[in-house]
Amino acid sequence: MGTDGKTPEPPSANPGQSKGQQASDREGALPAADLLQGRLSARQMRDLVKESAFAGLIAFGIFVFISGVRIVDQPGGLGLEYHWSRLVLYVGIVCVGRFLWGLRVRLRRPDHVPQWKAILGRTTARAPQVAKILAGFALVFALLLPLMPFASRYLVDTATTILIYIMLAWGLNIVVGLAGLLDLGYVAFYAVGSYSYALLAYYYDFSFWMCLPLAGLFAASFGVILGFPVLRLRGDYLAIVTLGFGEIIRVVLLNWTELTRGPDGIDSIPRPTFFGLPFTRRPAEGADSFHTFFGLDYSSMQRIIFLYYLILVLALITNLFILRVRKLPLGRAWEALREDEVACRSLGINPTNTKLSAFAIGAMFGGFAGAFFATKQAFVSPESFTFIESAIILAIVVLGGMGSQIGVVVAAVLLIGAFEFLRSLEQYRMEALGAAMVVVMIWRPRGLLAHREPTVLLHHDRALDLGEAIEENDS
Amino acid sequence: MAYFLQQLINGVTLGAIYGLIAIGYTLVYGIIGMINFAHGEIFMIGAFMSLITFLLLGLAGLTWVPLALLIVLVASMVLTSVYGWTMERIAYGPLRGSHRLAPLISAIGMSIYLQNYVQNRQGARVRPLAPVITDGISLIETGEFTVSLSYVQVLIIVLTVVLMTVFALLIARTPFGRAQRACEQDQTMAALLGIDVDRTISLTFVSGAALAAVAGTMYLIYYGVIDFFIGFLAGIKAFTAAVLGGIGSLTGAMLGGLLIGLIEVFWSAYFTIEYKDVAAFSILVLVLIFRPTGLLGSPEIEKV
Amino acid sequence: MNAQSADNDALAVPSGARALLTVEHLTMRFGGLLAVDDISFAAGDAEITAIIGPNGAGKTTVFNCLTGFYKPSEGRLSLRHDSESGQQPLFYLERMDDYRIADAARVARTFQNIRLFPTMSVLENLMVAQHHALLRASGFTLLGLFGSRRYRRAEKDAIERARYWLDRVQLTEQANISAGSLPYGAQRRLEIARAMCTEPVLLCLDEPAAGLNPRESAELNQLLLRIKEEQEIGILLIEHDMSVVMEISDHIAVLDYGRKISDGTAEFVRNDPAVIRAYLGEEDEEQEEKGEQGREQERPEQEQSESNRP
Repeated sequence: MGTDGKTPEPPSANPGQSKGQQASDREGALPAADLLQGRLSARQMRDLVKESAFAGLIAFGIFVFISGVRIVDQPGGLGLEYHWSRLVLYVGIVCVGRFLWGLRVRLRRPDHVPQWKAILGRTTARAPQVAKILAGFALVFALLLPLMPFASRYLVDTATTILIYIMLAWGLNIVVGLAGLLDLGYVAFYAVGSYSYALLAYYYDFSFWMCLPLAGLFAASFGVILGFPVLRLRGDYLAIVTLGFGEIIRVVLLNWTELTRGPDGIDSIPRPTFFGLPFTRRPAEGADSFHTFFGLDYSSMQRIIFLYYLILVLALITNLFILRVRKLPLGRAWEALREDEVACRSLGINPTNTKLSAFAIGAMFGGFAGAFFATKQAFVSPESFTFIESAIILAIVVLGGMGSQIGVVVAAVLLIGAFEFLRSLEQYRMEALGAAMVVVMIWRPRGLLAHREPTVLLHHDRALDLGEAIEENDS
Repeated sequence: MAYFLQQLINGVTLGAIYGLIAIGYTLVYGIIGMINFAHGEIFMIGAFMSLITFLLLGLAGLTWVPLALLIVLVASMVLTSVYGWTMERIAYGPLRGSHRLAPLISAIGMSIYLQNYVQNRQGARVRPLAPVITDGISLIETGEFTVSLSYVQVLIIVLTVVLMTVFALLIARTPFGRAQRACEQDQTMAALLGIDVDRTISLTFVSGAALAAVAGTMYLIYYGVIDFFIGFLAGIKAFTAAVLGGIGSLTGAMLGGLLIGLIEVFWSAYFTIEYKDVAAFSILVLVLIFRPTGLLGSPEIEKV
Repeated sequence: MNAQSADNDALAVPSGARALLTVEHLTMRFGGLLAVDDISFAAGDAEITAIIGPNGAGKTTVFNCLTGFYKPSEGRLSLRHDSESGQQPLFYLERMDDYRIADAARVARTFQNIRLFPTMSVLENLMVAQHHALLRASGFTLLGLFGSRRYRRAEKDAIERARYWLDRVQLTEQANISAGSLPYGAQRRLEIARAMCTEPVLLCLDEPAAGLNPRESAELNQLLLRIKEEQEIGILLIEHDMSVVMEISDHIAVLDYGRKISDGTAEFVRNDPAVIRAYLGEEDEEQEEKGEQGREQERPEQEQSESNRP
């Protein structure tokens, strides 16, 4: 086993060195030959090779069965298919990677700051301005998107999906980003919202506009019902309980066939109307539809674009709510609770009620999004509300930066956009998602665009005579 | 009565499997205070490792069951431990001292990654294994119902008891066990006394993974089918077991596993099978609300 | 331990001031451990009361019981507001939740290991402390969302109060930076300012001078004396730094092994043989000399703990 792990290592060590050489040349260091001979003693070199070999051995253990061997169905039962070249490749990559990394660590001068880090540092320092500009562009772009010449039906549809995720992630951001409560069952509230519209429309012919507030209300009540007993729990317990709750809702939807029609789902959910004007080709006798009322030609794009603007407005309401609530005592209490619950209690803040409000409000926005989802698809089934959905929403929040509004937009566009446009690689998307969550947590535990602006500033108008430099110092 | 007895046997067997997985949760929670969300996937990988080893042995012509089983167990434990160790090094180690949600999210990412990694490499299809151990003992025979105890069940229960005893001794008597318990109480102090905390944490993950691998092997030979998704539910149930027993307590994990196994089996036997997972979750919620320290856990005094 | 000397007049404040807080027979057990054993004392209104004692004497446990973080096993903790100020003058703290004690009974506290909201700005920390007034003004968020004038006025007042306390603790210039980036001493002052922003009637300080240098310590003395005089509130403090305790306390209660061993003015406590025994061990001949310099208690305390503890 050990030799297997080591075999690819010696030949790959050479390309590794030359790569290291190029890199160090670019950074204006000593010539690589000098570096290797003069600054890396024989013992260091031996250690490095040992480390790489060990990494290779571990990689071999990891990959040998799952990647190197594949179980296949054969006439007589199960058979095996061997992928040794793939195994050698993976192990080789790990060896070389470990070697290069070890080389880099050993040769790096302690005071040297790589250029990319310096650039990144400067960008982060200006994060608030960057975020503002980015947000402005994103808003204008989102408003104009359906009017663009390249806005195909597919594109607007995809943008609508992205906006649903943005809205969901903003809703979850209240719970996770602001209040610091890890909710792994957020999709349950989305499901409650969807099904409340679907069921009310199916059984009682309620319209979308009547159901939208009800869906939010139902989802919020579910949030309260779940939250009341469990919000006293510590953070990680809460995570697992919410995960369980998400599964319970899904299993109930799946098995309560009399009400929900189980796995078949509910179809022909009515579409929303434009202030009472339906988007149908032929309106009922004596009634108008959208295109006859405005004297337009019928086009199915009208409905698609209407749905797009509808979710855009809903998402913007969510965003506006968060921007405002952060500056209110409730929002500050959420953040304070995230920072230190004991201190909050010592200041008279009721932790349970405060958490509950975050949970319920987050759930409410999930419910709104759910009702929209039901009307957009005109069909709901338990399939749409698996744990994976919760994980994707959470990933958007986490990757974007917990508590960062624009970060959520960036992450949602990247993630869902990538999912849509790389359909050929669909089977790898969840793998990539998982890996991205781990990598981002290690690299930037607070998320890619995490930056916190104070919600209230003390203006030093009276203190001006003390010195103008105050503002400078503060940033 | 006969039916009840049969369910009792089945429940204890299932409980043994949950208990072994639960130990991994309890150990890791005890030492670094986080829920290792990816532990269920470690169990799933253990099951796959066993299946592949079985197939390799079959191809190599080794058919003497006791030896094959031994090899499978060892191979699975070793290879799965590598996963446990690497996971800790990559996904959790760098996050020690970070804000409290970071390792948890990293663990969720790890869990998603491992599940899909296995799915992509091994396919999404259910993988059946021909029964390795057949036969059993008929305990009671009434007219229409036979209570039987299969050899697989005997094996699982005996193996679990043996492993538990060995592991309890390991924690109670060996230097590793002492280091482990010391780190659980106070990592800084343990480090000052010369204990290699990082190594102890790594070893904790390794031992949890090894036990989960055994559980994976048992699951494979007991049910005969595995797929990439078994880790999710088994993981949550085992976590429930750990919480029910009192997280941080070894005996608690075992007791909790047993209870969850029994509850699940009896629920399926006497109520509806569709809602058996709901039953496990509901118990988790109830336990956390009414007795958050679990059955055997000691109450935590909040340090202010 | 022989605490009888002080027990008779346990519930009177030595100076004769009105008792703000009365602790009667407070007992706290953790499993088999008796952390606080039948302690009674009173803290006067507009006075500084210090609780001192060797490490492990149960001081912080008393605090945690007072502020509701622990539920006492036995005993009564009554807080009597000035009859003019509140509608409800009398609170039994042992029956109240921690956040109610802070909110309704208006007992504020600081922590031995500072607990600020580190990523929030200094000013925001002080705004969180005024949560309830602001929450009401924001119509429990609903009115605030639409930018009601009442809320804006309340917020302005809150900022003014915060500014007042920032001025008092010399942190005005740091108002907009994150609390976690302040130096240690500044964090301690901010925590006191934050507690004061809740407008308490009783301020509980858990080792406020810990980790401060002598100059900061002296400034702290001045701050506490001025808070007492200007705000006319009671201050209860746990402190090891005898230069702080002896200089500013009106009244000192001494704990050892969870029991109260002495209670009285600084002068009385300083000369109480029971205190000297607890701090210095049994060597009676050194009493007078050491008694005057309570600060030098570290080494003898250790000797004592080795010889006396079972």
